[in-house]
Amino acid sequence: MSSIISVANLSKTYGSGFKALKNVNLDIKRGEIFALLGPNGAGKTTLISIICGIANPSEGKVLVGGENIQTSYRKARSLIGLVPQELHTDAFESVWATVSFSRGLFGKPKNPDHIEKVLKDLSLWDKKDNKIITLSGGMKRRVMIAKALSHEPQILFLDEPTAGVDVELRKGMWEVVRTLQQSGVTIILTTHYIEEAEEMADRIGVINKGEIVLIEDKATLMQKLGKKRLTLHLQGKLDALPESLGHYELELCDAGATLVYDYDTKGERTGITSLLGDLRTAGIRFNDLDTTQSSLEDIFVDLVRTS
Amino acid sequence: MNHRAIRAIYLFEMARTWRTLLQSIVSPVVSTSLYFVVFGAAIGSRISQVEGVSYGTFIVPGLIMLSVLTQSIANASFGIYFPKFTGTIYEILSAPISYFEIVLGYVGAAATKSIILGLIILATAGLFVPLHIHHPVWMLAFLVLTAVTFSLFGFIIGIWADGFEKLQMIPMLVVTPLTFLGGSFYSIDMLPPTWRTVAMLNPVVYLISGFRWSFYEIADVSMSVSVGMTLAFLVICLVVIWWIFRTGYRLKN
Repeated sequence: MSSIISVANLSKTYGSGFKALKNVNLDIKRGEIFALLGPNGAGKTTLISIICGIANPSEGKVLVGGENIQTSYRKARSLIGLVPQELHTDAFESVWATVSFSRGLFGKPKNPDHIEKVLKDLSLWDKKDNKIITLSGGMKRRVMIAKALSHEPQILFLDEPTAGVDVELRKGMWEVVRTLQQSGVTIILTTHYIEEAEEMADRIGVINKGEIVLIEDKATLMQKLGKKRLTLHLQGKLDALPESLGHYELELCDAGATLVYDYDTKGERTGITSLLGDLRTAGIRFNDLDTTQSSLEDIFVDLVRTS
Repeated sequence: MNHRAIRAIYLFEMARTWRTLLQSIVSPVVSTSLYFVVFGAAIGSRISQVEGVSYGTFIVPGLIMLSVLTQSIANASFGIYFPKFTGTIYEILSAPISYFEIVLGYVGAAATKSIILGLIILATAGLFVPLHIHHPVWMLAFLVLTAVTFSLFGFIIGIWADGFEKLQMIPMLVVTPLTFLGGSFYSIDMLPPTWRTVAMLNPVVYLISGFRWSFYEIADVSMSVSVGMTLAFLVICLVVIWWIFRTGYRLKN
């Protein structure tokens, strides 16, 4: 799959001396949903702002659709739709007027049919004549998405699209994003909700302290870094573990009622078979057992902590 | 050239004028009418002619300039400051549009509003005093030049301001006094010699003088000097705006 965005050696130092981005290299594939994860202040919004033309880079190069964002900014920017994190909207304009304004701003001829389709897709059609100030927060968020889609972009940036949005609306937005991807739009989203990335993304990038810590296919990432946990519910409580089980790094929980064993799914041997054998030898019996897989959130927290 | 983007900004800004018709048009017209009543009728009736024209007629170009200057600055500064304030500037900065086109959209709309306002005030003045414009083409040219120049100046203030106080500061503390002291209500020749010299440092003197000449062929300074000074101010504003966009001053990080 070819790259639609190519970021090379990108750095950003603010006037205060703060380095928001440090030599970032990133390729976004055409047609994918890419989730950029990172804690607050990691550099996510700065990276998006530079690609979209809102902030100037200190060093490095960015190509969008093969066009340099600085020397060929018209072509590059016309490919992009941006939904920023904050709800920046005109208060006194109607939904229809503000979305139509965005289309004109991006140099596209009037197309009421397209605007109508966008508003209908985002369940905003019945609000088209309402002033934006009268809309709820979730509706305003959708208006911003409508503005970003008004000029039929090939790339859509969603910076924290579901921040402060209720569960139902969040799931509705995921549907919209999936539909957009099916129509060929490349989507880059930043999010705090790991669940969102896990649900939506094809690939995941993690940024921390201005550096890209990891870029990986979501499935591979889950497989590579995913840990599983075996929990054994014991028949009788244990005061301490026998020495014969010392090398398994077991954890005795719930006042000795459960035994927890973490193992790596990528390892050739998980050690489960021998553990169960050794438990029987040691005379430890259990009523039940369950296994759980670490979530993307666990992976993310681990990565950020170690980077 | 992204014509559609210029048009979009221009129409968006003009739509705000129609939406706020009362503040944009009616309010300046009412205050100007009051000037005519106070200065033209009440005080003017006690003043004999100024350089061959009645006082009420004499102050018409100055009053138009007063409104055009202040409204150009107010319209343009608010036009660009408001998106900065609400955050919607992100869309302008991320659009495939050059800085020149952004300025054309905002300043074009602000200047248009001022010109319309100037012409409405002129028509209103016609209700109070007899008017005869000797050089209508020059009058229009001066009106357009002044509206554009001071809209550019307003655009600079709108970029510079980081709060509503600053937005008001320059127009209230600098522009209004300069306009009142720039010969709106009197001829510079009426001042004592020392103050006449000081007055010549006021750029507004040249605007009002040139504009008044196009009406009555009377001027404090020659027409060419008036045009030259206005153009010089226009060029200064353009250079400052070019620098703002080149550096991203108060627009981009």
